[in-house]
Formats: sequence, structure tokens, C-alpha cells
Amino acid sequence: MRLFADLVSTLGTSTKTNEKLQALSDYFATSNDKDKVWVIAIFSGRRPKRVVNSTQLWTWCNELAKLPDWLFEESYHVVGDLAETIALLLPEAANTNASFPLHHYLETLISIEKENEMVRKNFILDSWNSMTQTERFVFNKLITGNFRIGVSQKTMVNALSKTVQLDASVIAHRISGNWDPAATSFESLLSEHAVSADYSKPYPFYLAYALEEDVHSLGAPDEWQAEWKWDGIRGQIIKRNDELFVWSRGEELMTEKFPEYHNLKDHLPDGLVLDGEIIPSQGGRPLPFSLLQTRIGRKNITKKQLQETPITFFAYDLLEYEGNDMREKSLADRRELLENIVNEAKHPALLLSPVITFSTWEELTALREKSREMGSEGIMLKRKNSAYQVGRKRGDWWKWKIDPLVIDAVMIYAQKGHGRRSNLYTDYTFAVRDGENLVSFAKAYSGLTDKEFAQVDQFVKRNSLEKFGPVRTVKPELVFEIAFEGIAASNRHKSGVALRFPRINRWRQDKTVAEINTLEDLKKMLEIYGK
Amino acid sequence: MPLIEFTDKGLYCRTGQFYIDPWKPVDKAIITHAHSDHARPGSKSYLCHTQCEPLLRLRLGDNRYQTVEWEESVLINGVAVSLHPAGHMIGSSQVRVECNGEVWVISGDYKIEDDGLSGKFEPVRCNTFVTESTFGLPVYNWKPQHEIFQNIKDWVCKNKEAGKTSVFIAYSLGKAQRLLQCLPETGLPIFVHGAIWNAHEAITRSGFPLPAVNRVSYDTPKESYLGNIVIAPSGAEASPWIKKFVPYAVGICSGWMQVRGNVRRRNADAGFALSDHADWKGLLQAIKETGAQKVFVTHGFQSVLARYLNETGIEAAEVKTEFGNEIEENSEAIAKEQEQTNNQ
Ligand SMILES: [Zn+2]
Ligand SMILES: [Zn+2]
Repeated sequence: MRLFADLVSTLGTSTKTNEKLQALSDYFATSNDKDKVWVIAIFSGRRPKRVVNSTQLWTWCNELAKLPDWLFEESYHVVGDLAETIALLLPEAANTNASFPLHHYLETLISIEKENEMVRKNFILDSWNSMTQTERFVFNKLITGNFRIGVSQKTMVNALSKTVQLDASVIAHRISGNWDPAATSFESLLSEHAVSADYSKPYPFYLAYALEEDVHSLGAPDEWQAEWKWDGIRGQIIKRNDELFVWSRGEELMTEKFPEYHNLKDHLPDGLVLDGEIIPSQGGRPLPFSLLQTRIGRKNITKKQLQETPITFFAYDLLEYEGNDMREKSLADRRELLENIVNEAKHPALLLSPVITFSTWEELTALREKSREMGSEGIMLKRKNSAYQVGRKRGDWWKWKIDPLVIDAVMIYAQKGHGRRSNLYTDYTFAVRDGENLVSFAKAYSGLTDKEFAQVDQFVKRNSLEKFGPVRTVKPELVFEIAFEGIAASNRHKSGVALRFPRINRWRQDKTVAEINTLEDLKKMLEIYGK
Repeated sequence: MPLIEFTDKGLYCRTGQFYIDPWKPVDKAIITHAHSDHARPGSKSYLCHTQCEPLLRLRLGDNRYQTVEWEESVLINGVAVSLHPAGHMIGSSQVRVECNGEVWVISGDYKIEDDGLSGKFEPVRCNTFVTESTFGLPVYNWKPQHEIFQNIKDWVCKNKEAGKTSVFIAYSLGKAQRLLQCLPETGLPIFVHGAIWNAHEAITRSGFPLPAVNRVSYDTPKESYLGNIVIAPSGAEASPWIKKFVPYAVGICSGWMQVRGNVRRRNADAGFALSDHADWKGLLQAIKETGAQKVFVTHGFQSVLARYLNETGIEAAEVKTEFGNEIEENSEAIAKEQEQTNNQ
């Protein structure tokens, strides 16, 4: 456990990707094989099941620390993290040099899942009693299951690639899909054989960078295929061995989540992998992302929901056909086959993401302005002769998003955040001017750096006018630029408008409250973009 | 009438007609230590420990100062006053006040562990104890100083290997001098921010030995910092001043670093929970050892500590004070240093 705890500490404090990469590859070079498999599992989002809940953990911690419950709560309130609070409160261990390797703890946790509470309690107490404070923190994190290490799967894959001398794209593919860390050895996980054995495995996604240069820099327009950029969930539809799997980019199996996909299997040929967007649509036109959110995580879906928010799949690429990996073929070839497959499938949930025809960049630039009307966030540009690559790469695929709408507004309410920001005022409500008054129109809680949040937090604490429960009314002084993706009329909001994805674009320290936008400005935007 | 009252100017002894660490100007002020939240300007006369005086002079300028040694009793309007080591920083003291057999002790800021610099905290028996509670929560449990010092030295070596300068953030009075007990063992040159330089000068001038340091100044060539050590006051990590040390790593030395979130929030590369205040167990131990029948809790987690004491059979009450605002002084010092560097 010591090695893993050190790794987590290093990853938690280092702010640079290079350092994280180094720490990970050092870990992969020194740790034992079984632990490595678990680390790959954990860092790719495969968490062990929870066998002990938070309440049990803190009850047992208090028994050992001999503290009243209220004092534990006060401590938790200050620390903001349960696993860390417990690690700080536990009395020092009898022997801090006695911890087992990581896999011992994870596999024991699995094995005691069905045991009675006494057995589970003893395991936790024994474990605590052989660990350092850092080990306890990491151990508690693993048990409570909210483990965010601040390292991307990509970094982990790159580190692994450095250590085992295999291409990152090969590793990304081999560790994707369905596998059980307890039953998989390091060798078999990374061996060729493993991929063919698990036929549910998706391919690693090819991801585009944002186009920041002038579009003319891409060269001749006829070398490029343009599509609308959709705002859904990126996914792959796989049919192999007569079974259907739908994966999201977050490597979550979505097959069972959307009944719309269930009989798709009978409409598709075997040995097939499609890349596209999971998105609700009506008559070929996508519906807002907020509607997709109403479907995610719902087990019981009503008829009404199925009718109002039917989930579809906008296909835009073909990765495997008749059991053959098509990724090295050109996009033009892949597209041709894809169109045939979708047209033949004739399934209401499977649509083609249309290609935009254009002959000059000027023409495409003008079309891009209509993105919002199309229900898209901009345009995707893909080189016609390009292969399907692995991960985020420059050169052949670009996303050319439309600029967000922006408005300058003043903060009027603040509320404390959650999780690691539970001690800071990080959730804000913003207002525009309406004559002499301020009218609130949006809430946002993202878009500032930790440092800026800390500064705004200080301001809030010093400039509170009133308290309503957790909400503080703040002196209207700080001006922020709020960006959003869409605007609609709303009679639930005082301002008469509702924004889509409002977020803080930047802190306008150069502006005073006299210079912010007005309600009139918002209404003008509603007129132009609110359709 | 109690021997000590809590007034809007601070802790007041009516019989002796003096205040302890007043936050407004008064005629007679007894000062526990030179931190800005305890020693404020404008009073007509100050009484403090001998080692505290040069630091008070540095902060408050020329005033009427009366100095005493620890345990040396002075009679003020019939009230016996003596100072006792608080272990918080150089010259920091607890104040013992006795009148007609009743004894009060005002702790000021204190820590239990002997840091080898500030004098060893001495428990003083009393009827009423006024204690600080900066770290009055059980999550604050300090590691022994030698362990933290080892971590600090290891971190410096790691940075040196990676070609980085180690920038420590530490209070200019107290923490910076403590760091100088372990950093010279690395054998690397140590540079300090102007605010720390001034404190260093004042302390060494008064005859207190401290290891040699160099002042960070505009004409120091940038290369001389590389891989070496810089100590700067809190706030410097977020100011443009720190840019001259690129590439560097920031290590913050403060009890608050016990909690991971604080290390992240301040964007530090490392946090060292090196504190000049007592931890939870230290507070409880100190309070017990005074044998006090009544405890007043100030300066920090008053309500938590007071409630806990009451529940464990020690009568306690919380008192609101203006102690605990150390940072503001530092931000001023940093702004000043920034200005100077720009002008030069
Ligand atoms: Zn102090
Ligand atoms: Zn203080």
C-alpha cells in the first residue's frame, strides 16, 4: 500500500503532466504485477464495489478516536473530505510498517462483500492499524469510492506505454471494455490474445483539437469533409458474435440504458463497429443536451419520455466491418460504406450524421453561423484521406466551434460549493441591470481558477449584506463575463430568459458594475438566438 | 468584578490598570509576543520579555518599552505580573496576573513542543486560564519537529535534483527562523525576502545567534538562486515577485497544511504542517496542567474547544477577540517589497 499511497500523494500535489507521467511510469516499473492491474483498473474508472458505507466508517473511527459525534462533524466540515477526516482523526497505528500490497486490500474487500458486519469491521480496523496516515487516507478513498486522483486515463496509458514499451494506442485498446481486475493478470491484460477474447471491446476514440488558426490554413476545401458538431455523448455501437454493445466515450456500457437501441441488433451486420453521437432527436433534428440528461441514469422510463425524448445515434464513422479493423482506410472509403450500412438498417434510432456540402471556406464560414439553428455547437472538419487515429491528435480532425454568447454581469448571491470546495463560496448568481435595479438571470459555478475562487471567497466573506440559509447576498461589485450556448424564453425566471450552459468566462476586474449589460441586451439576444 | 475583563480594547486588569495585547491604543500594554495581531501600535508604554523588545521595536518603532525576564515578578498598582515562556516564537510569553491570591494566566499564542528557539512552554498553575485555540480541532495533530525537518530537507534535495529552487512560504517572525534551524544542514545558500531579512537583522543585532542568510535583491543574478533555497512570507507565492526564481517549487510551512485541500487551494507544490501553535492534544494537555477551574477560549476554534472542555468536566466559555489576523501584515510587506523591486 505504501507505494500506491506515495503515488497518489505525488499525483495529488504535482501540477504538471510530465511529473505525473514520471511518477506513474516509476510506479509501473517498481510495483508488483497484481497491483499494476488494479492501478490500471482504478485509473480507468473501474472501482471496487462499496462493501462498507461512510456511516460505518466514521462510527468505527469515532470508537477508536473516542470523540463525540459532533466533534467528528465539526472536523469533517473543516476538512471537507470524509476519507481524509478519518485518516486525520484515527489514533496512531500500532505498527505503520506492516501494510500489505494494494491488491491484498482490494481483493479482501471483494471477498468480504457478503460477510457480516463484524467481519467487515475487523478487516477495516486491522487495516487501519497497520497503515501510515497517507496510506489510511488512500485506503479510505478506495473504500468510499469517490477517488479522484487528478490524472487522466491518457496519462496513465502513456506512462504504461513507456514502461512496457508498447504503443499507447495498443494499450488503450487492450485495457478498454469489460474485464475483471481480480481475475486478470498483468500479462494477459496487455497481450494480444486478450483483445480477441473480449469481443465487447470498443476502439479508442479519435478526438479532435479545437481549430484556433484561420480556417484557410487547412488548405484546399475539397480535401475536407465537414459535419455538424453535436452536443451529445460520444459513443460506439458494436455488434460482434451476434451481440450488441453501446459504449460511451467514458467507457460506460450504455446498451441497457436506452431501450431505443435494443432491437438495433437485428438490423445490423455482424462484426461491425460504428462511431457517432448518442443524442435525443426528433425528425432528424437534435434535442438539447438538457433533455438527454433527463434520460441518463433513469432506470424506469415512461412512454411519454420515450415519445418526447427518443434517444438516437448519429453515426459518423465506421471502425470495423465484417470483422476487419477499418481504421487505416481513408475517411472517404469508410464514409461510403457507413452510408450503405445505415441506409440498409432502416432503424428509427440509427441516423447518419449529415455531411455539409460546401465549395469555399467563405461558404462554410457562413454556414457555420447557422450552427445554433441546426442544434449543433459548430462544425467538425475531417480530412477525407485520413485514417482513424487514437486519442486526441492534431492535423486531420478539427472541431470548429461557434463562439459562445457572452454577457457582462455582476455577482449578487453566493453559496458554498461541494466536495473539495465545501469551504469556499464558489456558486454564484449573476444579475444584469434593468434601469436602477439589478435582475438575476443566471447561476454559474465553474470557470474560475482555484486562486480566483479563493479571492472571490474572501470578497464574499467581507462583503455579505444578508444571509438566507446557505445563501449570502453580496455587495454588487464583482463583474464577470458569463458565456452560454443558447438562450430561450422562460416564465420561470424573473428575467424572462433561461440560458443554456451558463459559465464564468472570465473575471472582468477591469469593469465596474456601471458597465455591465442590461436586461434589454439579453432580450435582444433572445430575439436573435432564441428560436 | 473579575481580575481580568474582556473589553472592546482587549483584556483589561482594572485593579492594575493595564491591558494585555490590546487592539486599541492604551496607557499600559503588556505584550505576549510581537505578532501583529497581539502587538498593536499607539500605546503609551509597553511591557514585554527582553527578547521580544527588538522585534516590537522593529514593528512598532520607538516607544516606551519596559522589559523583564521570565519568572521576574513586577508589581503594577498592587497586582503581581510575571511572564512565562510560551514556546510560540522568540520572546513569546504567557502572562501571569495575581491579586489577593487569585491567579489568572493569559496564554497568548503557544505551543508545547520545544523548538529549540522560543523557550520551552511552561505550564503555570492558575485559577483562570485564557487560552488560544488556533488549531482547536482533533484533526490537528503535529508530527515531531525533527520528522518535519527531515521531510523539508528531503524535499529540498529532490528539487535540487530536478533543477528547481525551493521557495518556502513562512511567517517572517517565527516560522522563518525555525526553518533556519534545519535548512543550513542541506549545505545550500539561503536567500530571504526583505521582510524576513529585517526580522533576521533585528534578532541577530540583539545578540540572538541565527545562521547567515542572503537578502533577495534586484542585483542578485538570477542564476544564484537556481537549485538553492528562498524563504518568503505568506502571500509572496501569489505575487509577481516570485517569478524571478523560475524554475521553482513552492512549499508552504503552516499548521493549516495538515489538510490537503489547503495545499491545493494555495497552489503549493508541498505543504509542511510545521506550526507555532499547540495542536489539539497540546491544548488539552496545557489546559489540564494549569489546574484552572475556569477556562476562557479565544483566538480560533473557540466554540469547539469550549464545548469539548465543558463536556469533559472543565468549565469553559468562549471569548471573541481580534487575535488571529496575521496575514494582513504580510500582504503589506509583500506589496512594499514589490514596489521597491520595481523602482530599482
Ligand atoms: Zn502569534
Ligand atoms: Zn495570534
